[in-house]
Amino acid sequence: MKNLIKEFTKGIIRENPTFVLVLGLCPTLAVSVSVANGIGMGIAATFVLLGSSLIVSLVRDFIPDKIRIPCYIVIIATFVTITELCMKAYSPVLDRSLGIYVPLIVVNCIVLGRAEAFACKNNLASSFYDGLGMGVGFTLALILISAIREFLGSGQILGHTLFKGFEPVFVFGMPSGALLVIGLLLGFFNLLKNRKT
Amino acid sequence: MSLQELLTIFISAVFIYNVILSRFLGLCSFIAISKETKPALAMSSAVMFVIVMSSAITWFVYRFLLLPFGLTYLRTISFILVIATFVQFVEMVIKKLSPQLYRAFGIYLPLITVNCAVLGVAVLNIDMFFINGKQVAGSFYYSVFQGACVGLGYTLAMLLMSGIRERLELCNIPKSLKDFPLAFIIASILSLSFMGFSGFKF
Repeated sequence: MKNLIKEFTKGIIRENPTFVLVLGLCPTLAVSVSVANGIGMGIAATFVLLGSSLIVSLVRDFIPDKIRIPCYIVIIATFVTITELCMKAYSPVLDRSLGIYVPLIVVNCIVLGRAEAFACKNNLASSFYDGLGMGVGFTLALILISAIREFLGSGQILGHTLFKGFEPVFVFGMPSGALLVIGLLLGFFNLLKNRKT
Repeated sequence: MSLQELLTIFISAVFIYNVILSRFLGLCSFIAISKETKPALAMSSAVMFVIVMSSAITWFVYRFLLLPFGLTYLRTISFILVIATFVQFVEMVIKKLSPQLYRAFGIYLPLITVNCAVLGVAVLNIDMFFINGKQVAGSFYYSVFQGACVGLGYTLAMLLMSGIRERLELCNIPKSLKDFPLAFIIASILSLSFMGFSGFKF
């Protein structure tokens, strides 16, 4: 049990997929315009990560080594399609604002990376907690980035105005603002790490 | 199909909606391989070739398999499978025909399978050139042309970035900003300058 908790928590801080492993940045930057988008994307990616980790760890003994990557991709793509169809049905607004980045979860390096690095070598329970931890870590990172961007870019968080008289800096809602925020955040986390050692 | 439309696609794919700097597709390879100009160019040419070919292939798959049989919801699965198979095939052919080129491409070729730009362009083509399940006139040519333009945009961004990062090697950079963080900050400034194109209209 202690081991499982460790698998879960490592994805959140020590091996955070976005800030430490620097994986899967395309969707992170593209959809982090608002916190609502960030949460939506995070939940979608967590679902795909969890589902694909479970299935990959279940079938890991049956897949021949040579064709494992295509097999993983098919498994992942199936879950992405499920997510895509559910999102279209139950929240079309979110689907429209995430756009082509929903099908692009297939090529998100985090999902394939976990399948290849963890789920294909470990049993069901630890793969489940690993997937969940990575998903939560990814979602938290998305929320952090999108909160900074939404606040600076439009002066709001989740659609609520925080301060009166705050003049928004529009560039943070633009692509270049996203790159700047992630660059500075990565530098900040590096600084913290260097301080510790 | 008119020259004006082609020009619009060209300008918007290369400059206004540059794959990397404004759509964020293929960002991982962009950050990882842009340290020197030579591998950056090898990667860009490989990506461009794969994007053009996969735009053509996915168009055929969508038009003649998915649309007539009402299977459009299988778009993601079928596209990624086709792209992965195609990349594997190209790798085998190049290995057989020209070991020299194979060595030049090295690990970049298999990496392209998980490059979001390839799948992104395929999905984008379908979104743009098939409206309500009907193809726009000349959609095949538009798709392939857009693929080529996106590849050009990728090459342009790669070249700019690797040129800048080569010069950075000699600079004195704060320790915590080295490599990734600084690369992102430079990309941000590049993207800011590309925003200047966004007023272009034809």
